[in-house]
Amino acid sequence: MALYSEKVMDHFRNPRNVGQIENADGVGEVGNPVCGDIMKIYLKIDDGIITDVKFETFGCGSAIASSSMATELIKGKPLSEALTLTNKAVTEALDGLPAHKLHCSVLAEEAIKAAVKDYYDKNGIAYDPKDFPASCDSCEHCREV
Amino acid sequence: MELYLDCAATTKMSRRAIDAMLPYMDEIYGNPSSLYSIGQRAKEALEKARERVAACIGAKAREIYFTSGGSESDNQAIVSAAINGAKKGKKHIVSTAFEHHAVLHTLKKLEKQGYEVTLLPVGSNGIVKVSDVENAIRDDTCLVTIMYANNEIGTIQPIREIGEICRAKGAVFHTDAVQAAGHIPIDVVKDNIDMLSISAHKFHGPRGTGALYVRQGIALNSLIEGGAQERGKRAGTENLAGIMGMTVALEDAVSEIDTVGKSIAESRDRLIAGLRKIPYSSLNGDEKNRLPGNVSFCFEGIEGESLLLMLDDMGISASSGSACTSGSLDPSHVLLAIGRVHEVAHGSLRLTMDRPLTDEELQYTVDSVKSVVERLRSMSPLWHDLEKGKRAHIFKEFEA
Repeated sequence: MALYSEKVMDHFRNPRNVGQIENADGVGEVGNPVCGDIMKIYLKIDDGIITDVKFETFGCGSAIASSSMATELIKGKPLSEALTLTNKAVTEALDGLPAHKLHCSVLAEEAIKAAVKDYYDKNGIAYDPKDFPASCDSCEHCREV
Repeated sequence: MELYLDCAATTKMSRRAIDAMLPYMDEIYGNPSSLYSIGQRAKEALEKARERVAACIGAKAREIYFTSGGSESDNQAIVSAAINGAKKGKKHIVSTAFEHHAVLHTLKKLEKQGYEVTLLPVGSNGIVKVSDVENAIRDDTCLVTIMYANNEIGTIQPIREIGEICRAKGAVFHTDAVQAAGHIPIDVVKDNIDMLSISAHKFHGPRGTGALYVRQGIALNSLIEGGAQERGKRAGTENLAGIMGMTVALEDAVSEIDTVGKSIAESRDRLIAGLRKIPYSSLNGDEKNRLPGNVSFCFEGIEGESLLLMLDDMGISASSGSACTSGSLDPSHVLLAIGRVHEVAHGSLRLTMDRPLTDEELQYTVDSVKSVVERLRSMSPLWHDLEKGKRAHIFKEFEA
C-alpha cells in the first residue's frame, strides 16, 4: 500500500489555490519552522462569503494536500460554514491520512480559523475567543522541546 | 529516467552474490552441524567463507562471527563489552551523539541498567575529535564505540587514532562499520579495532546477514542462547546461503574500492558542485573526508518529505532526515548533532550512490533537485519570509 491515498497525492502534485491574495481581508498563519510545518491562508470576503482563498505551505506532502483540500472545502462558502470545518472533514475528503499525519489536517483547520479571526479583528466584529484556539494548541511538541 | 540514489539504505543484490547463494538452498542444504557428508560440505563452505570474510578486513578466520546483520552485531558487541567491563568494575562507555540507533538505543538500555554513557559531540564537519575521545576515557571506561563512517552524512571518523588511544588506555574499541565496509579500505589490525560490525546488504549482499569481528583475546558473550554454533557465541542454524552471498559481495566490493570507488567519488564531487549552485543550500559534513557515494544537503525554506515525494515522481529514489520521514516529531539526530537547526534539518536530502553516474544522470539529478526545491519554495511561506527579510537566512546564498 502506498504511503498516501490517490486523493492526497493528487492534491500534493496539483495543489489547488496556491498563492497569495493582495490586500486579503483575512490572513492566518499557524505552525512554525522548528516543527517543520507552516500554513498560511489568505481570504477574500464579500458580504460574509469567502469569494477567494489562497494558501502557502511549508511542510510535508500531507500538509500541502491538507491545505489544498481545506481551501477547496471553504471556497465560495459563508464564513459561518468555514468556521465549522473540522480536521476530520479535511481528512475524510482526502480519503484518509496516516495516523502520524493527522496533525496536518488539524493545522489546516487552525489556519482557516486564524484567517477568519484576523478578518473579525480587522473589522471590529465581535466573537467568542473560545472558538479560536491559539496556533499549535493541538500540539504539545514545542512545549516539550 | 529511473535513478536509485538510496544505497545507504540498502543496495540491489549483485548477480554474483545471488548465484553464490543458490547452491546452498537446494544442493548443499545440509545443516553444518550434521556429521553426514551433505552437512560437512556445508560446514566446509561456512569455514571457507569465514576465512574469506576475515581476509577482506585483515582479520583471522576465528575472529569472525556471523550474525543476522549490523544491528545484531552492534547489540552483541556493546552488551558483551559492557557485561565484561562490569566484572572488572568498569561501567563507563564512550560513544558519539550521531551513532546509528542500533548503538544509541543499546546504550540507552545499558544506562537504565546502571552504566554511565558519555556521548561525545561531533563538530559541524561531522567528525569526532580524537582529543575529545582521549579526554573522555576514564579508568572505569570499559568500551568506546564510534562508527567508522556516518550513515546519513557519510563522514569518515579517525578510527585508527581512536583505536590507538583505546588500546593504550585499556578500553575495548568497537566500531559500527556498516556503511564503511566494502566502500573504503578497512584493516582491523592497522586500525587498532577490537570489535567491528558489518552488514551484507549495504554492499550488494543479502539482507539478514552480517558479521561481527572480535579480536582474539577480547571476551565475547552470546546474545542468543541455544546451540553451539559460531563457537558457542551465536546460537541458531547458520544462514549459510546468506553468508555465501555476503562473502562474494564483500570480496567484490573490496576489490573495487580503488577503481570503481574512485569513480563514484568523482560523481559525488560533481553532484556536490552542482547542488551547491542552488541558493541557500549547504553540504552536510566534511567535503573530502566522506564516503565515496554520499551526498547530503540541507536546503532552506522547504521540507524533506515533500522533496522526496516530488523526486520520486521524477524517478529518483532518495532519503531525508526530516521529522516527517523519520516518523518522529524531530528531525534526524545526526543533523542536529552537527549543529543544524531544526528548520534547515527538516529540509535535508541524502543521495547515496553505488556506482558512478553518467554525465546525463548527474545533470538530470541536479536539474530535478533544483526544480523541486524551486517549486516547493514558491509555495512556502517560510521561504517568502526569508526572501522579504522577515526572517534571517541561516546559510549564505552560495557556499564557497
